[in-house]
Amino acid sequence: MLSKSQAKVFFLGGTIVTFAIFLGLSWNSLSNEVPKKTHEENLTPQVISGKHIWEKNNCMGCHTILGEGAYYAPELTKVYERRGEAYIKAAVMSKTPWAPRGRQMVAYAMTEQEANDVVAFLKWIGEVDLNGFPAKPDLKK
Amino acid sequence: MKYKSQKVAYWFFALSMLLLSLQIVYGFIMAFAHMGYDVLHQITPFNTARAVHTNLLVVWLLSGFMGAAYYIIPEEAENELVSVKLAYVQLISLAVVGVVAIVGYHFNYWEGRKFLEIPRPLDWLVVVNVLTFLGIILVTLFKGKKRTTTSLVLTMGLVFAALLYLPGMIWFDNQTMDSFFRWWVVHLWVEGVWELIMGGILAFLLIKITGVDREVIEKWLYVIVGLTFISGILGTGHHYYYIGVGKAWLIIGGIFSAMEPLAFLGMALFAIAMYRKGEKKHPNKIALSWTLGTAIVSFVGAGLLGLAHTLPGVNMYTHGTLVTAMHGHLAFWGAYGMIVLAFISYALPNLTGRKLYDSTTGLLAFWLSNIGMVGMTVAFGVAGVAQVYLERKVGLEFGDVQKEIQVHFVVLAVCATFFTTGIGCYIYEFIKYGRPNDEALETITNL
Repeated sequence: MLSKSQAKVFFLGGTIVTFAIFLGLSWNSLSNEVPKKTHEENLTPQVISGKHIWEKNNCMGCHTILGEGAYYAPELTKVYERRGEAYIKAAVMSKTPWAPRGRQMVAYAMTEQEANDVVAFLKWIGEVDLNGFPAKPDLKK
Repeated sequence: MKYKSQKVAYWFFALSMLLLSLQIVYGFIMAFAHMGYDVLHQITPFNTARAVHTNLLVVWLLSGFMGAAYYIIPEEAENELVSVKLAYVQLISLAVVGVVAIVGYHFNYWEGRKFLEIPRPLDWLVVVNVLTFLGIILVTLFKGKKRTTTSLVLTMGLVFAALLYLPGMIWFDNQTMDSFFRWWVVHLWVEGVWELIMGGILAFLLIKITGVDREVIEKWLYVIVGLTFISGILGTGHHYYYIGVGKAWLIIGGIFSAMEPLAFLGMALFAIAMYRKGEKKHPNKIALSWTLGTAIVSFVGAGLLGLAHTLPGVNMYTHGTLVTAMHGHLAFWGAYGMIVLAFISYALPNLTGRKLYDSTTGLLAFWLSNIGMVGMTVAFGVAGVAQVYLERKVGLEFGDVQKEIQVHFVVLAVCATFFTTGIGCYIYEFIKYGRPNDEALETITNL
């Protein structure tokens, strides 16, 4: 039967081995995959500024992006493709809560420039290769 | 209790209770918003309520873990805490950071990164706070007479949790990188090192409650935390399926995260086996209910419900829907909420000297909160599955689907009321116990 010291070896050994594999895979992802899949060359100052605005207003507190965030408002990874620039700008520049289907968004009343930055960020994120996410609705007629 | 300094734990538990109550209030604000009654939109829009709700969860759990550590370490190391004054300073600073963060969220003062919303200056305060805490624990442990496996596993969990907070503080321009490292904190906390903390606390409780030989309990503790890390570390891959990294994570994440329930199954079987094996029947029935409860509910919530949507083919459709909220609620409740409440139920009689071991209110608290939380999980699950089909499979608009599933949030709120009543009973008992006092020393040491 397993002794306490064998159990300890199982714990420490298992942890060290899996953590080493994890670090190796992470290193590979970050140095080889991320630059290509996210088109890092397109990360312009405007896109980065858009990311700042995205975070400053905690957009993830209602929406999801890359499928991450809250589930109160639509997933926005492909919003540029789905709605286009004019719609996004109208939503973030609105001085009254944007509520196309009843549910209210905070009225951010962004400036033209801020809105352009947000659009640039959302356009960039829409082009990231996400291994097929989000899937196309396969029961849609 | 055996050591006077253990009393400081009480105040961490009291802070926990306060923050848990507030967390529930913000949960209701969100449930009502989902039902279509976003009446507090001007003061507490959904994103504020959401940030407050999840951050309060983290802080009340951490406060509970810290309290548990301040109780367990002196007893295991056979040494008074090295500085009780510093522990109180640490408690107050934890409360201050929590309150400033929560108030700040109402005024757009945050970082806007899911679960790590605390703004950067406050992050540094968190670091100082946690270092102080770890300092007290580590010095107490190393000056103590004994270093038991239970105390080492618990301490290891606390140290790793502190270290893993750091990757979340690195700034990245690339959203994919940001997300990649955010999971080092969030996933490796809740599906890694927090399980060490949970395992350590559970082992301590089982040793005290069942009277089974420490060597046996600690041997299985190693096996369980071993399974946790072997599955959980590479299981991080289930957060990397669709964020802009390679497809290898689909395979690695799929296989290892499918193994994650094993650790929780181990924990459940372990707790039940030790309970049946134990010859000593501890009179504290309420602590026993919570201890066995946490082992079983964590298996269902964290293990099985996690498995339900962790495979890449399923997650392609459920990723970023209410299905995640379903899993999240029962997982956090079962694995972490209940272990903290189990520990408080065990510690209170020893800290205060009052033995309310078998009170009706105490048992009511256990059953009502659990029934309520299971009901909430079902409501989230039904809403989530309906959302997945209507939105992701049929392709209806998000907003239209949300209207269709509004009714499930009425069910959610009803179940949440049961849950809240249960927690109300728990807090009522907590208050009834009164303050910790020195008269409780030694008189009940072996219980």
